[in-house]
Amino acid sequence: MAHRLLSGIMTPTDTTQSTAAPFLSLEAVRKTYPGVVALDRFFMEVRPGEVIGLVGENGAGKSTLMKILGGVTRPDSGAVSVDGIAHDGLTVEQSIGSGIAFVHQELNLFDNLDVAANIFFGREPLRAGPLKLVDRAKLREMVAPLLKRVGANFSADTPVASLSLAQQQMVEIAKALSIRARLVILDEPTSSLPIAETEKLLDVIKGLKAEGISVIFISHRLHEVERVADRVVVLRDGTLAGTLPKERINHDEMVRLMIGRMLKVREKAGEATRAPGAVALSVDAIRTSTYPDRPVSLELRRGEILGLAGLVGSGRTELARVLFGIDERLAGSITQDGKPLNVASAADAVASGIFLVPEDRKLTGILLDLSIAENISLPNLPAHARRLLVSTNAELATAEKQKKNLGIKAPSVLTRTGTLSGGNQQKVVLAKWLAMNPKVMILDEPTRGIDIGAKAEIYQLMRGLADAGVAVLMISSDMEEVIGVSDRIAVMHEGQISGILDKQDFSQENVLLLAVGKKPKLAQLAGGAL
Amino acid sequence: MSKKDLGLLILILVVGAVVTAINPRFLLPINLANTSNLIGLFGILSIGQAFVIITGGIELSVGSLIALLGTLFIDFIAVRGMEWPLAFVLILVLGAIIGLAHGWLITRLKLQPFVVTLCGLLIYRGVARFYTADGTAGFAFGQNFPTLEFLTAGRSYGVPNSFIALIVIAIVMWVVLHRSVFGRYLYAIGKNEEAAKYSGIRTGRVVTSAYVICGVLTALSAIYFAMYTRSISPASHGQFYELYAIAAAVLGGFSLRGGEGSLVGVILGTVLLQELQNLVNLLGIPSSLNFAVMGGVILIGVLVDQQWGVFRARRRMIEATRQNVAGAPAE
Repeated sequence: MAHRLLSGIMTPTDTTQSTAAPFLSLEAVRKTYPGVVALDRFFMEVRPGEVIGLVGENGAGKSTLMKILGGVTRPDSGAVSVDGIAHDGLTVEQSIGSGIAFVHQELNLFDNLDVAANIFFGREPLRAGPLKLVDRAKLREMVAPLLKRVGANFSADTPVASLSLAQQQMVEIAKALSIRARLVILDEPTSSLPIAETEKLLDVIKGLKAEGISVIFISHRLHEVERVADRVVVLRDGTLAGTLPKERINHDEMVRLMIGRMLKVREKAGEATRAPGAVALSVDAIRTSTYPDRPVSLELRRGEILGLAGLVGSGRTELARVLFGIDERLAGSITQDGKPLNVASAADAVASGIFLVPEDRKLTGILLDLSIAENISLPNLPAHARRLLVSTNAELATAEKQKKNLGIKAPSVLTRTGTLSGGNQQKVVLAKWLAMNPKVMILDEPTRGIDIGAKAEIYQLMRGLADAGVAVLMISSDMEEVIGVSDRIAVMHEGQISGILDKQDFSQENVLLLAVGKKPKLAQLAGGAL
Repeated sequence: MSKKDLGLLILILVVGAVVTAINPRFLLPINLANTSNLIGLFGILSIGQAFVIITGGIELSVGSLIALLGTLFIDFIAVRGMEWPLAFVLILVLGAIIGLAHGWLITRLKLQPFVVTLCGLLIYRGVARFYTADGTAGFAFGQNFPTLEFLTAGRSYGVPNSFIALIVIAIVMWVVLHRSVFGRYLYAIGKNEEAAKYSGIRTGRVVTSAYVICGVLTALSAIYFAMYTRSISPASHGQFYELYAIAAAVLGGFSLRGGEGSLVGVILGTVLLQELQNLVNLLGIPSSLNFAVMGGVILIGVLVDQQWGVFRARRRMIEATRQNVAGAPAE
């Protein structure tokens, strides 16, 4: 509530620069990846000293846009103009040369070095002489004005490790200023900042604007966008859903533009064929190490798909890791089928029929160097062995069966999983658990980086599991997916379940509202307990 | 047998042929018997090392452990009058306990294998020297243990029993590494410990077991070395043996990052190393150059292997690109 009050008072006064010639403009930009149109018919202009809010759901095309601006990828068609000169696409050198600087969500700082060394890393002023020693005095002299411009309250020789996240972002911005940036792109800068720190960052953005530097501010936190942006660009499914001028920027308008696609996922996934059964897994006031002061309680029923939505960093993956025994549970209890359950390791979870399809497929989901068959049998190897010796026949038989059931496209089950496409790799992860009769299946972003065809197959698999009486917990940041696949949706906000939505209250708006910690608009007062 | 192993075998035969051509004494039974005895002794401890390296770890305390356990073994049977079978078992148990301690420090307390076993290297050497007051552990004149001596330093049909022991152990450990559930776990952990954990494998236990196996095999070879030398001065006995073992594994195609290597490979690696030692002796190369020859050969071997890998990867990529251009994509 404090935000709304503040945002009323602190209205930026200056919007006159909008008539200046654009520094950067994108015209009819299109970019496709195999099976996906990431960006299509996209137009955008950035004028000097303008703060543009860029909003859109996960997967709407924001990161593709960033890659094009950073020169990491080239658009398939369309033009990127800098200072009125059109290019087919930028190279990394052109991007840097034109003064485009990025401040990423994951900061690229050396936390073992001090602030000054980070800002001028690789460009340190040197002392005369053959030893090429760093001229510390000169360096400090150069850094001081930069720090002043970003309003830093720390000195140049502070080790980066001892700075707060917002302060580290200031260092990144100072770094951008040091290369005479004309456009600073902030990618979700506030997503992991506490409120007081966010205020500081928003002030820095206003300072940049006052110096005539343009800013693209990407954020899920709409009220922050509301406060600093001169214009809001909304992306949806890779296309420009709309641009809001200053006077029309408000929360409801942005949400309206972000939503809009008819829900087709539901058709692909199918409806539940039976009512949810008994409680399979009950989580009572457990605490994770990331949010040690936030207890989480949740009930997961047999035969249902419970969607777990929330912003990145809201504690969903941490919850999954605790349930699967990877992370330590700090407090609280877990009950499975009415009996207390102690999962001290992933092996314990697997023994109890609780399986996890992790978020990071290549690092934790499968072993890329092993074959499909070896990956599938790995969690259940003793069942494929006689007197502790692996039976290759049993192993191959299981793998062949799963390959057929899931439609894994590969020359044979002896193919190395590293050579498969993302969708097929994900099917291998699923196959290893399906071969073992799951009771509780936790899927963390199960369709991330997967083409549309394979997505639909994975939805059907999840539905099939639920229909067979498995309790399915699906973590997803894809709004369509959460709404289209789930039977109930639990939303997390900063480490806690902020609400649970029943089917009649499913809407993107409600999920978004809960995800940012606000109250949803419920159809009935009784529905959706908080 | 993989292509890599086959290449190594050919190299061993070629080197053997060249040495024979220059100095035919290479093929004398006495020379072959001596060399195979050494292969047996070093082979046993190299297999232990191989199990640790497969998990991506390293065991640096092998040499010191051989000094300490060898000293203790001789002390038990020669000075304290313990029955040798009991001493034998006791030493193996000690080796297992030390392996267990290393595994525990590495998996539970999350210390780096290099650090843990480096400390072991220093500690066990120090303890061994203290135990004998920097003296020499040996048998008194006329002390005999016929059965033990036959099993460790004796020969059957001209073949050293230590070599036979290695063959038996190698066969057993081949099955363990390449056919058992445990062996599969070892490889999985070596390739990607996180993913193995996420597949429900108790990675800590598996890794600890690898160190225990290494400890037991090291203890066994300690007994063999003790009976071979019959007297031990703990300050120098077994020095650098861990490096022989690591070198054998690397020559045999093991990656120090883990997850790669075969039992046949480490045995062939040991054979090649001992052949090189023998070559230095037979060809009249100053024995001071011993280590330099070994180092040079390992470096060349690893270099060839790595370049061959790069070449193959490039060829595979060109092949894949060609296929993609020619036909529809795989999906």
